[in-house]
Amino acid sequence: MSAASPVEVEPTLTPDEITFLAKPWVTLVWDDPVNLMSYVSFVFQKYFGYDKAKAEKLMLEVHNEGRSVVSTGTREEMERDVQAMHEYGLWATMEKAS
Amino acid sequence: MSGFEHHHRSDRVITTFTGFEADLLRSLASQMVELLRNERAEPAAPTADAFEALMSEFSGATTIPEDPVLARLFPTAYPDDEEAAADFRRFTESGLRDGKAAASGSIIDVLEEAGLPPELTEDGLVIDVELTPDEAETWMRAFTDIRLALATRLGVEAGDEDYWHSLPEDDPRAQAHDIYEWVGYLQETIVEALMS
Repeated sequence: MSAASPVEVEPTLTPDEITFLAKPWVTLVWDDPVNLMSYVSFVFQKYFGYDKAKAEKLMLEVHNEGRSVVSTGTREEMERDVQAMHEYGLWATMEKAS
Repeated sequence: MSGFEHHHRSDRVITTFTGFEADLLRSLASQMVELLRNERAEPAAPTADAFEALMSEFSGATTIPEDPVLARLFPTAYPDDEEAAADFRRFTESGLRDGKAAASGSIIDVLEEAGLPPELTEDGLVIDVELTPDEAETWMRAFTDIRLALATRLGVEAGDEDYWHSLPEDDPRAQAHDIYEWVGYLQETIVEALMS
């Protein structure tokens, strides 16, 4: 057993950011020459519940930049999202958020 | 050729196919079902151990399918982590295969219920299709799989439309590309119908 000792936290010795939460993961959707823009936007609205403006922004990001982060969360959540994207025929992968 | 429309009063997504179009769509959907069912990826190497053999029946594939179409339909989820990618594949691929086979299967079922005979012989046959919004979404997903399959086999790339249109009409690849564009048109109109 131990007792808490009156320790003072030295502001200068404290790192800028202290986090004990697991690093979040992201789902990425990659551009392909096949899937229609209207379809990709539909999938983002339907599956993620994004409004039309957000879905179109993400779809255009995929189209113009080759990829877009479409969701963020725990590893388990991202595995579900990637699986759902594969169900819709989108090319999706996941990785740790950088 | 006509696409899909949303019939507001009945809340159905409807279209009319010629017998030829319906037969073509059934053939594409059947090929998709066959591809998904036949090329079952085999888990690991065969083993003499009876228990292991039994267990392997229940576990899914862990490696990228050899067929490029299947590799595109079931992409690697973790590009930089082979072990996690194998686990993901083991737990998802077989369910995804079943879902995709069922989606293409629903195209076959609906067309036949709408009057498409097993062998198309009659001229001037017209097939009216009426889909609930859920069924329309299933068709939309199946159209995606069919387009991905055709595009992978043909080697379709971004911005290559001129190349395809420059091929002689009787070139089988040009004909396959026409079918790819037709399914794209069907998909576009089904998305519009579902959004309206």
